[in-house]
Amino acid sequence: MTILNVTGVGKDFRGLRALSEVEFEVGQGEILGIIGPNGAGKTTLFNVICGALAPDTGRVLFAGRDVTGRSPDRIARAGMVRTFQLMRPFGSMSVLENVSLAAQHERQPARRLRERSLEVVERVGLGQWAHRPATELPTAGLKRLELARALAMRPKVLLLDEVLAGLVPAEREPVLDLLADLREQDGTTLLFIEHIMAAVMRLSDRVLVLDQGRVLAAGSAEEVTSDPRVIEAYLGEEPAGAEG
Amino acid sequence: MSNIGNQKGAALAPDAEAPGAASPRGKAPHPLRAALGGGGNAAILKRVAIIGGALVIAIAVALLKSGSGLVVWQSVVTGLLMGGLYGLIAMGLTLIFGVLDIVNFAHGALLAVAMFIAFGVVQGTGLHPYLTLLVAVPALFLIGGVVHRGLLSGTGGGSLENQLLITLGLSLLLENGLLMFFGAEPKTVTLPGDFQFGLFGAVVTGARLYAFVGALLLGALLFWLLRRTRFGTAIRAVAANGPGAELVGINVRRIHTLTFAIGTACAGAAAVLAAPLITVTPTLGEQFNITAFVVVVLGGMGNVGGALVGGLLIGLVEQLTTIYMDGQSSLLGVFVVFVVVLFLRPQGLFGRRA
Repeated sequence: MTILNVTGVGKDFRGLRALSEVEFEVGQGEILGIIGPNGAGKTTLFNVICGALAPDTGRVLFAGRDVTGRSPDRIARAGMVRTFQLMRPFGSMSVLENVSLAAQHERQPARRLRERSLEVVERVGLGQWAHRPATELPTAGLKRLELARALAMRPKVLLLDEVLAGLVPAEREPVLDLLADLREQDGTTLLFIEHIMAAVMRLSDRVLVLDQGRVLAAGSAEEVTSDPRVIEAYLGEEPAGAEG
Repeated sequence: MSNIGNQKGAALAPDAEAPGAASPRGKAPHPLRAALGGGGNAAILKRVAIIGGALVIAIAVALLKSGSGLVVWQSVVTGLLMGGLYGLIAMGLTLIFGVLDIVNFAHGALLAVAMFIAFGVVQGTGLHPYLTLLVAVPALFLIGGVVHRGLLSGTGGGSLENQLLITLGLSLLLENGLLMFFGAEPKTVTLPGDFQFGLFGAVVTGARLYAFVGALLLGALLFWLLRRTRFGTAIRAVAANGPGAELVGINVRRIHTLTFAIGTACAGAAAVLAAPLITVTPTLGEQFNITAFVVVVLGGMGNVGGALVGGLLIGLVEQLTTIYMDGQSSLLGVFVVFVVVLFLRPQGLFGRRA
């Protein structure tokens, strides 16, 4: 079953073509990796899908409903949630408060809200940080908090923008395990932008390659990494897999 | 929303960073945080000590100048009582700035509107002046919401210059509207059964005491709203990180409108409490506006708790000025403090800026 359907999406920034004719589908419970050189339009694509930017052309269908141009908060409440590349917690609040803010979009009694928020905080491994100010978290912790905030929304589709960036390999493992677990346990559909090819290879069912705002290739990780067009797009940079 | 575009360019660096290093934060902690988040106790204690010292000196000089302890005591009492009101007015203004980044020049004019609403209701129905809170506060809440939705939240209100011009234009419009409807002659709102009592020699009227206590209670209510309710948490989240708040399902535009409405409602409440203390004229908003801006800067822009303390300080300064300089405008001392603070601590006494 298709849960996300992107058709003919184009976006210009004052004549600069950020996205053109982007089309793809994501099935329920699928994990889609999105790769591409810097400036390929990956984050812009996320912004369009989640409502932060309205596309100039094309449609975004989420669970069969047209959500093109809806406000980000409505899309988030409907169950399509993203994380940011740059982590910016709500500074004046504790880790737990940050998370319960996201969980409170569902009307529920305070005690239940707290339990659920704690559950999420523990799930991402920030248990001992729950009552500390969010600003005290190290980079890896902020990444986890970003993830926890998204999880507290109970996403059906989760869009992750470089969730591994800034983590050392030892810190990446638990995050990858968590993502795999999300699909197994919760049936969450994942779209993730990632530069670290090892992670893309390990996690994705399918990979979408963007280059200069276009879909260059789509298919299994093996297929796209052996595609000559993809290798060509990455020439000049390090070949795929070297980063991180 | 406009921040979203920034994410990309700025985000390319983090890969190189060592784990555990402080992350690159998109934005420095918001000033609202200083009031609402606490922290940095030693620095705050030091500041309180400096301010306290300055006050002691100011009062000592006033004692020397006037030669009468009673006169100084009276102005301290009057100043603090009036300062509570200044605090409440400034809390509304600073809340709007902290959450929406809008400098609302119409704050004083909206206060004047509320005062005329109170005056009109008292004249028309004979209601007790304080009961007009039930009319003026919801009315100002509504007006604030309409002003934000109609004038400020569209594309026209996008840039800082436009916001300044729009709010300034609105204040002129409101003032002249009041002038047209009510005329220029000063009006008074009298408090039935007002009384006086002595506080260690100083004369305190019931109206002043009620205004002070009312302002503190409403200030506390606002604080409780921001700190303890889900709605207040959402407001703080929007102040800290708008795009992030949207992503956790908060309707940022709605929060903006409600925050603006709450800010103007503060002015509405302060207007009713102040009405029995002053003569009501269409242009009275100007003076309150200026005082409120000084208080906001003093307390740290966006710092709600700082606004209350700043209000009390400015109330004191105003009264002490009349002792220092007989017959001079009491605003003179306020401006001196304003300039000194801008020069020495532009981020305000309690504000923390990048």
